[in-house]
Amino acid sequence: MSETFYDVMRRQGITRRSYLKFCSLTAASLGLSPLMAPRIAQALETKPRTPVLWLHGLECTCCTESFIRSAHPLAKDVVLSMVSLDYDDTIMAAAGHQAEAAMQQVITDYKGNYILAVEGNPPLGEDGMYCMPGGRPFVEKLKHAARDAKAIIAWGSCASWGCVQAARPNPTTAVPIDKVITDKPIVKVPGCPPIAEVMTAVITYVALFDRIPELDRQGRPKMFYSQRVHDKCYRRPHFDAGQFVEKWDDEGAKAGWCLYKVGCKGPTTYNACSTTRWNDGVSFPIGSGHGCIGCSEDGFWDKGSFYDRLSGIKGFGIEANADQIGLAVLGVTGAAVAAHAAVSAIKRGAGGGKGESAPSERQEG
Amino acid sequence: MAVIETQGFKLDNSGKRIVVDPVTRIEGHLRVEVNVDDKNVIRNAVSTGTMWRGLEVILKGRDPRDAWAFVERICGVCTGVHALTSVRTVEDALKIKIPDNANIIRNLMHATLYAQDHLVHFYHLHALDWVDVVSALKADPKKTSELAQSISSWPLSSPGYFRDLQARLAKFVESGQLGPFRNGYWGHPAYKLPAEANLMAVAHYLEALDFQKEIVKIQTVFGGKNPHPNWLVGGVPCSINLDATGAVGAINMERLNLVSKIIDDTIDFIDKVYVPDLLAIASFYKDWAAIGGGLASQNLLAYGEFPDIANDDSNNSLLMPRGAIVGGNLKEVQPVDLKDTAQIQEFVTHSWYRYGDESKGLHPFDGVTEPNFALGAATKGSKTAIDSLDESAKYSWIKSPRWRGQPMEVGPLARYVIGYAMGRPEFKEPVDKVLKTLDVPLTALFSTLGRTAARGLECSWAAHRMRHFFDKLMANLKAGNFATANVELWEPRSWPAQAQGAGYCEAPRGALGHWIRIKDTKIDNYQCVVPTTWNAGPRDAKNQIGAYEAALLNTPMAKPDQPLEILRTLHSFDPCLACATHVISPAGEELTRVTVR
Repeated sequence: MSETFYDVMRRQGITRRSYLKFCSLTAASLGLSPLMAPRIAQALETKPRTPVLWLHGLECTCCTESFIRSAHPLAKDVVLSMVSLDYDDTIMAAAGHQAEAAMQQVITDYKGNYILAVEGNPPLGEDGMYCMPGGRPFVEKLKHAARDAKAIIAWGSCASWGCVQAARPNPTTAVPIDKVITDKPIVKVPGCPPIAEVMTAVITYVALFDRIPELDRQGRPKMFYSQRVHDKCYRRPHFDAGQFVEKWDDEGAKAGWCLYKVGCKGPTTYNACSTTRWNDGVSFPIGSGHGCIGCSEDGFWDKGSFYDRLSGIKGFGIEANADQIGLAVLGVTGAAVAAHAAVSAIKRGAGGGKGESAPSERQEG
Repeated sequence: MAVIETQGFKLDNSGKRIVVDPVTRIEGHLRVEVNVDDKNVIRNAVSTGTMWRGLEVILKGRDPRDAWAFVERICGVCTGVHALTSVRTVEDALKIKIPDNANIIRNLMHATLYAQDHLVHFYHLHALDWVDVVSALKADPKKTSELAQSISSWPLSSPGYFRDLQARLAKFVESGQLGPFRNGYWGHPAYKLPAEANLMAVAHYLEALDFQKEIVKIQTVFGGKNPHPNWLVGGVPCSINLDATGAVGAINMERLNLVSKIIDDTIDFIDKVYVPDLLAIASFYKDWAAIGGGLASQNLLAYGEFPDIANDDSNNSLLMPRGAIVGGNLKEVQPVDLKDTAQIQEFVTHSWYRYGDESKGLHPFDGVTEPNFALGAATKGSKTAIDSLDESAKYSWIKSPRWRGQPMEVGPLARYVIGYAMGRPEFKEPVDKVLKTLDVPLTALFSTLGRTAARGLECSWAAHRMRHFFDKLMANLKAGNFATANVELWEPRSWPAQAQGAGYCEAPRGALGHWIRIKDTKIDNYQCVVPTTWNAGPRDAKNQIGAYEAALLNTPMAKPDQPLEILRTLHSFDPCLACATHVISPAGEELTRVTVR
């Protein structure tokens, strides 16, 4: 017999009482009536684990590596207890024919009832043979697996946008998966790689609630991708105060000041790095002294050097002011208050959101 | 095909052809075809890289200071190795010297990767070749506990611990949803471990999966995230601030304590779980000390790693030495120079690329990578549905690198044998100890088992070196040396109009080199020759075979339709195919597209 999600939770020491509480919270977090809680509980008690097929196209496997770093839930609990990871060439025991058979069995036995997770992307050049697992174009394998999937997750910037192999001049004609799977909603979880706990949150959300999370216009879950890294950055007060790192390892760097002037892309990057942080919350790029390179944004490889200031971004016209303010602060400490006011005023002036490189809904002006 | 003789091997493709594609539990996409004789012994082996991404031409015209981020994305498993090689390459070209602290932090981050990557390889990519998960259901938990306690003081070893795990495993198997264990080779006659050893190994498979994520937090502290931490030309991006205002925004005492604790835990796990498991499992598979040697007893190459003196890549500084062994002559380790155009050359005779003269190889400074996807006449299937390849023609997206014309094996075994041959005690003593423990001769090193054992020893070595690097960093901080970056040559206007350089690295999988030419502050040419290119590459102009193909030869298979033996030997190299097949035409021309339906 198949183990249900309820069995799994009980096995992990969750009491019936806690389990029902979990279901109530789930209903509340979904904005559902408390009356829905028993129905969620019942659904989870009778459901076998959802099979997941995890395919790899042109990629570097950083998404898988990130996934196994998840601290909550642990990756082992996701793949062994919450879902059934029936195909993933990176970790599966079987190889060759036995591996391909495992994939086909799931497609047949769970038609319309499995999740397809895609890491990497298909190249269309050379008849698709720049990626040819099983001696066939990966794009065909991808389409085959997508046909009967109930939900599709695009892991990382490769599957979501194209990422590094699609950077100019994109020699293999690598394309994001929504260019070849056009008849199904795709949950995009961009980032190079995405944050581990964001990945496991998305996959458990889909498996548990049996639906895809609310997405923004670009297909990203709003819960993790609706705010810019800059919006919640702990160094933001230094930006507002005009306190900037001017050179690597200068006094500003040692004091943890804002990295905007050494190229930080936090102001135009939609991701959860500054809130969820990385590797069980240990740090995130800005927290360790390097600017955000914008790795969850479409085409981030082709937007100039990672060390260029965001001066070229339309609607972000504070560059000159940031310079002046920075100089003023270095000269006279007392100028900080005035500088803060100046930046705040400019920010309000630029707050209409027009011309932002990412068209997502803004959460604050 | 007639029988081909090369390098002391005989290749005969007249027997039954077996295709393994995809080869799983690796990074990237690899295909292997073998021919077996009537006794099911492998007599011909064909290794094919089945993906091709293209990064070098993408780099052309970009800011050299950005290159690390692009090439880091060559591989997310050995994350950071290409980034480290890249910053070294750019620094070599521009003659930038990095501060001692930056060198130490880079070493610490790199040793962190060694520890985590080798651990994950052993348990999650390789162990299932030796460990029968289903057999663990038959184990006696009490005897499993006795076994575990007899080989290690690791505390998670009570009968109750193993009984509980076994019960959960039973329920998992009974669910019928086997997940990643679905369609495995359970019950295959080549599995030799007693049920108790299988149960212990399954427990440690799960523990290692939980623990590996702790190790990488060291990269997160210094690089902000993992996979793909951040690096910097001229040093490292993180500043150190122990005392002053704002210390909470930099590397401070709390961060250093976190790193120190993780180092202790890493040493503990590797020395008390990984190494004892490795030796216990190896003791049941000693026949594999005579299988899968391939080129290991002939040609080995290492560029060296872990410069203990900043900006010094001589063997005086490198904790892991640089050198080459040719023809199995352990008495002479030859010097290696990445910039000598006569030493490292790549051939494309059997690769899907085109040279003007394919009988010759090219040094990476002069590298050309023009795609040419063409199949030989004996190919079975069609161009987009290949059933079996024709190895007399082109058959891989991987090039064939050669050192002074010779195919070489790279990786932990190469590093250990080179260190051993140079008489360095930190390599010689543990190797001798393992050989004695397993009661096998020195030649046992040149095998599938030897490769796997060397990786385990190296994992322990790296974990202990993490402590060494940390202590050096603390000594510097105590002495008031806090510098982490040299910005004198940060601005491109301070660079010469033209420059070229090479950067070395020993990635967990072996020797890695990058070559750059900079012109008018932009990248003019960028080339990488990576470990899996050395090991997995196809034949060259003289029909010389590479390390994978050589290692598979003469392996007996119990059940040819269940390729467990092939997986054992391939996995002993820890294949990383995204690394091997990143290259791209300098012109970057677009080729035929498939129709998007």
